[in-house]
Amino acid sequence: MEILGNILLLLGAFVAFSGALGVLRMPDFYSRLHPAGTTDTLAQLLLIAGLVLGHFDTDTTSLLVTGKLIVISLLLLVTTPAATHAISRAAYLSGLQPWSSPDAETEEATSSGSSEQEES
Amino acid sequence: MTVELLAALLVLAGAALTGIRAVRGPTLYDRVLAVNMFGTKAVMLLAIIGFIGSRAGFIDIAILYALINFIATVALLRFVESKRLGG
Repeated sequence: MEILGNILLLLGAFVAFSGALGVLRMPDFYSRLHPAGTTDTLAQLLLIAGLVLGHFDTDTTSLLVTGKLIVISLLLLVTTPAATHAISRAAYLSGLQPWSSPDAETEEATSSGSSEQEES
Repeated sequence: MTVELLAALLVLAGAALTGIRAVRGPTLYDRVLAVNMFGTKAVMLLAIIGFIGSRAGFIDIAILYALINFIATVALLRFVESKRLGG
């Protein structure tokens, strides 16, 4: 039980780190939404499951802490996709243009640019 | 114990990378997204730190952060969209 909890904890931390790396390295706002929304949801699920399984005990205090952790997990499971959806909707309604590949750059000069020139 | 410390360091490094994006982000929405993600990472970090120092009170602070994070993001977006906070 404890080994499984440790594995889940490390897996969740790794997923959280990779999501942050994706947010830093992706070229465009709409592509940054993908690592932000998905990895945060998965990372908190794995990490809190790891904490619950790694420290499971049957006295009252431990059960209370376990219940609070499950409450946090359910709360984040609902609010993280909702917040990501709200951000992307606000960006789309404000007229932010998606990034297109450099091959199709004929109308790129005229579009109200949102693309950041990422250094490579 | 050491596993929790390692996980906390990984999440902390992720929070630092998200902070870089929040400072550098070219548009406003990048910054809002990065700050929202930073808040989620803060919740995870608080939950782990509560187990490292065996302080059960940190879990309550983590619940509070999770609530405030969502409300702050939605309020900020509504403010950007309509330039006022009231309904």
